[in-house]
Amino acid sequence: MATDTLNSPGAARARAVRSSLRRRHLSEQIFRGFGILAIALALGFVVLLFVDVFRKGIPAFVQSNLHLSVTFDPEIIDVSPAPARNGFATEAEFTAASLAWQREVALLNWNQVIEASLRQAAPAGTDIDSRTLLSIAETNARHQVREMFVANPTLLGQTVEIDVLASANAANWIKGNINRELGDAQQQLAAPARALIDTFVDNGTISNGFAWSIFTNVDSRSAPAAAGLLGAFAGTMWMMLIVIVLAVPIGVAAAIYLEEFAPKSRLTDLIEVNINNLAAVPSIVFGLLGAAVFINWFHLPISAPIVGGLVLTLMTLPTIIIATRGALMGVSPALRQAALGMGASRTQMVFHHVLPVTFPSILTATILGVAHALGETAPLLLIGMKAFVASVPATPLDQATALPVQIFLWQGNENRNFFEPRTAAAIMVLLAVMILLNGVAIFLRSRLEKRA
Amino acid sequence: MDMLAGKVKVTSQTLGSNMNPTDFVDRPIRLTARDVTVHYGPKQALHGISIDIPDRAVTSFIGPSGCGKSTFLRCINRMNDTIEGAKVGGRIELDGQDIYAPDLDVVELRARIGMVFQKPNPFPKSIYENVAYGPKIHGIARNKADMDEIVISSLRKAGLFEEVKDRLNEPGTGLSGGQQQRLCIARAIAVGPEVILMDEPCSALDPIATAIIEELIDELRENYTIVIVTHSMQQAARVSQKTAFFHLGNLIEHGDTEDIFTNPVNKQTQDYIMGRIG
Repeated sequence: MATDTLNSPGAARARAVRSSLRRRHLSEQIFRGFGILAIALALGFVVLLFVDVFRKGIPAFVQSNLHLSVTFDPEIIDVSPAPARNGFATEAEFTAASLAWQREVALLNWNQVIEASLRQAAPAGTDIDSRTLLSIAETNARHQVREMFVANPTLLGQTVEIDVLASANAANWIKGNINRELGDAQQQLAAPARALIDTFVDNGTISNGFAWSIFTNVDSRSAPAAAGLLGAFAGTMWMMLIVIVLAVPIGVAAAIYLEEFAPKSRLTDLIEVNINNLAAVPSIVFGLLGAAVFINWFHLPISAPIVGGLVLTLMTLPTIIIATRGALMGVSPALRQAALGMGASRTQMVFHHVLPVTFPSILTATILGVAHALGETAPLLLIGMKAFVASVPATPLDQATALPVQIFLWQGNENRNFFEPRTAAAIMVLLAVMILLNGVAIFLRSRLEKRA
Repeated sequence: MDMLAGKVKVTSQTLGSNMNPTDFVDRPIRLTARDVTVHYGPKQALHGISIDIPDRAVTSFIGPSGCGKSTFLRCINRMNDTIEGAKVGGRIELDGQDIYAPDLDVVELRARIGMVFQKPNPFPKSIYENVAYGPKIHGIARNKADMDEIVISSLRKAGLFEEVKDRLNEPGTGLSGGQQQRLCIARAIAVGPEVILMDEPCSALDPIATAIIEELIDELRENYTIVIVTHSMQQAARVSQKTAFFHLGNLIEHGDTEDIFTNPVNKQTQDYIMGRIG
């Protein structure tokens, strides 16, 4: 009977189970809902970050070029002829004469050459003073033509077509980074310059191109439109090299020793606790340590990638040690026993069996640690790497800055209209390097795991 | 096969099929243990074990879980050394040589006393490399041809060669459980050990694979001294000539397998064999 079944003790239990089931399903659904919400929020923020950075940064990869016919007018370029090698007895004399000639060339007012070509490009009858006219072209244009002349003195009297950079202010005006409705007092460029820029854009004298200068130039304050990341990138690469060369072998070796060889004692416990604590030390403290130890005691140069690299090494070591130990701890005891049971020594067990199976995880952890160091800014500020450096460091002992510090410096630049996009562009470059590193980590890991 | 039969009824018929008492009783003693104790930290796991293990015969250790049979087995090739806090006392001799002597190299000892574990644990490397590993680290093979010969003959002795000859370069972990265990046996044999310790080698295997391993053990005893820990009394009865019964860290009784199973002296042994404890 149906009623009998329902009223039987078994049915009552089934009802109780069913109602508790409903509660359990509900709590599971609530938990899932929170999980999805959390993921959606996290993803949302990441997307927001990327969209914002890209929206701001992409325009910075476009630069405005001025196509000019530059005439190397002998009246402006009034210098003695360039010395020829065969006119001198020794190489030293020739070098001295060349340098003297280059000094002479450098003293010329090359702005006049630029001004003349700008005036020539402007429509006939344009009334504009030379200062205003020159504000259209970036200040490095004069170095550009001077270097052309030094490289090739036969250009004297000739006219060549070249591209020079439009000034940062001109670029702001062209890209609309500055409100065109603002009054003269608030504009960075005088009215005639603004009018001429518009004419140049219309008649094709100014055109846009990809801003290779971001990748090929070093930082610049006098010519902001020409400011690039090359110096910072090189500084970062030097530091990464130092971190990889020092932190990876030391960290992995320390982890292997602690995990596989060190006797468990109070001392090793203490070391373990301290390593864990070191991983949590604020990075700026490592900067202070670097300044005190490497610069004050060892007298390593200030602002140099060697010091930055050493500081980042110290900072990355605990991360690598902890991650490597975690990977070693995860190796199944069966594998260790198998090796030891075969008569392998402890070292053979570690190097023949344990390390090969943990290699992918160690590699991933290492790359992630290095990537973390790559983005580190605070300690570098304390060892002087925030100095303005307009050169590519040829050695780790040269002054340099780093990508994240360059971002920090550009972020603080007074020409906000121009440097806001450029800062975002620098962030994009830094993110690209990081994504590349992480991509390499994922690729290597999946490849090595497949092989294992 | 008789091992597939249900509850064992121990008679001399169910004992090792080719068991012939005169076959082994006179075998010289290979391993001698005297008053072996093991402490794991404050806990004593073995209380003075003394036993003689004969050459080229199978000795099985039986007893309920936690009785110390595996612990004692691990003393014989000093695998307890690798356990944090383990302390071994007493004396174990292999051919009269104290294996816990300070000047004894444990690596050399383990080359002489091989071990097969409960769960098949081939290295995550190719079948060939698995077998070649021991000879390689001990410098046994002089050249590649030597090594090939060792690998093939070891696989043959372990009864695995025919099954894997076409895929020696494939990972050993891709084999079935029973094949993996035979690979582990081949790996142990490759070093040319005198003694092979087996710690419940069939407990993770199905009955068919178990039967194959048991046959293999029976063949191997002609050349090796084998000590096997087993949970299965049928297995002990089938493969071993000597049996030792452990209980709560004590060696209760040991002797010829036939005597232990048909005529146990000790009440505890009798209870265990009858299935009353364990």
